[in-house]
Amino acid sequence: MNAALALQIGTVARRSIVRTMRQPAMVVPALVFPLLLLSINSGGLHAATRLPGFPTDSYLTFALGLTFVQGAMFAAMSAGTNVAMDIETGFFNRLSLTPLRRVALLLGQLSGVVVLALIQATTFLVVGLTAGAGLKAGPLGVPVIVAISLLTTLGFGSIGAFVALRTGSGETVQGLFPLFFATLFLSSMALPRNVIEIHWFRTVATWNPVSYMLEGIRSLLIDGWNGEALALGFLASGGLALVGLVAASSALKTRMVRT
Amino acid sequence: MSDPSAAAIEAESLVRVFKKGPRAVDGIDLRVEHGEVYGFLGPNGAGKSTTVHMLTTLLPPTEGTARVAGYDIVKEGPQVRSSIGAALQEAALDPFLTGREHMRFQAALHSIPREERRQRGDQLLERVGLSDAADRKVGGYSGGMKRRLDLALALIHEPRILFLDEPTTGLDPQSRTALWEEVQRLVADRGVTVFLTTQYLEEADILARRIGIIDNGKIVAEGTPNELKAQIGRPSVEAIPLEPEDLGRVTEVLERFGEPVPGTPRGATVRLSGGDVTLASVVRALDAEDLQVEHLQLHQPSLSDVFLAKTGRSLEGAAREHEQAQEDAEEPVAA
Repeated sequence: MNAALALQIGTVARRSIVRTMRQPAMVVPALVFPLLLLSINSGGLHAATRLPGFPTDSYLTFALGLTFVQGAMFAAMSAGTNVAMDIETGFFNRLSLTPLRRVALLLGQLSGVVVLALIQATTFLVVGLTAGAGLKAGPLGVPVIVAISLLTTLGFGSIGAFVALRTGSGETVQGLFPLFFATLFLSSMALPRNVIEIHWFRTVATWNPVSYMLEGIRSLLIDGWNGEALALGFLASGGLALVGLVAASSALKTRMVRT
Repeated sequence: MSDPSAAAIEAESLVRVFKKGPRAVDGIDLRVEHGEVYGFLGPNGAGKSTTVHMLTTLLPPTEGTARVAGYDIVKEGPQVRSSIGAALQEAALDPFLTGREHMRFQAALHSIPREERRQRGDQLLERVGLSDAADRKVGGYSGGMKRRLDLALALIHEPRILFLDEPTTGLDPQSRTALWEEVQRLVADRGVTVFLTTQYLEEADILARRIGIIDNGKIVAEGTPNELKAQIGRPSVEAIPLEPEDLGRVTEVLERFGEPVPGTPRGATVRLSGGDVTLASVVRALDAEDLQVEHLQLHQPSLSDVFLAKTGRSLEGAAREHEQAQEDAEEPVAA
């Protein structure tokens, strides 16, 4: 990477981080709602741990994995909305008139959301572990959980950026939220796949990559070091990030049509 | 490659057609010399911003060619962009950043060395009168402050050519005057070439050395303000009778002195035929017919008259037509 490109990525990233952190309406819900759901679920669904085949007797530990993926979805909204806002206000044209390279713009824009994800992951881990959740993999599991979490956020964030770049509309980006949540609900979010009794639901959850993102993080919390679950978790998150980045990059090429 | 003998901006038969849309720009020829302020005057929807977007490389032309700073706008986009500064129609700023942060952001994207970024940014903020507000978030700036910051950002890399797309639209008179003064200073101090689009006749008249009038995507007149006014040539007289029922007779008297032109519905307006017709002779003729008037005024030709003469409608009327056409296009079709 040459110095000019590095400077461009750094400059756009810095702006993205600063503007994200200056919007409490974006940061606070992304931190509070996953924790709220964690507290409700761990209290209300504790009985599920008595189901045969449930991997732990602590629903809090089981549900903690969900907060990271849920947080990633909130962060994606933030990434998409910021990009859409830049298009709507004409800021994108300002950027297009500078020597800024497309790759620098995309990576820089997504940096804000990755920093938000880092704050989320740290907060969720601290709150979860303080509340009594387990971390079977030990302290070395922390950076791995954070890594899957960041990759998942990058994946959902780039999907948000793709939709923003294609449509140029913040409202359409907001419309992704129910879709993301439907995907989350149709995964192994509330129960492990092996205890889901409804056949079609288990099939959908098995095909749903979100299940593997959740299970990758959960394996570190519940099982310790499970190579297969981790590999599938990284594969699902990395695959989503790759697809999202390619799609966003293609949409950016169309949007940034300068000669 | 840049041609040093070339004009600052040259366009030949420039066309832009939008999908399922109108021919927004329909064969424009332009030549703007170095150090000149060129006013591009026209109502909303005339094709001003589309032309600017093409000349600034943000929109490829459908047909035709153009060179800016000696570089081809299609084949040498990056060189064009490094030679120009632009403040587009929306003051496109980030409401969550401060004025100073904007300056540093823009300077870094132009790869200005770190030690120069702060200095140049601060100088420009001072120049546009924003030093005191430099550390406030832009979301709290007034419209005039945003426009001034937009101008400062366009100048951070010291461009030779500046595009200003309706820079004072929506500003109060005081902010508008301040921006005009800044543009005049820039041209005088640094010899910057300015391509200014506007829908305000007064703005074009005050700032521009030459004006191109654009309507429906075509340039319908071009020249210095005085040349354009001279093309219309003759002044007009407007009279409003004291008694409304005398309007017909007043119109008859005025028509002895020239051809009627659109004016106030309460009175009559004629463009004087020339020769030795003076306001005094009109007064004498009205007096001879025992007609009393509430208002009698001699108008010297203005750019508004030029627009009317060249397009057959007033600038305001053209803007209304455009708005109506847009509303009609948005109206759902009745089942």
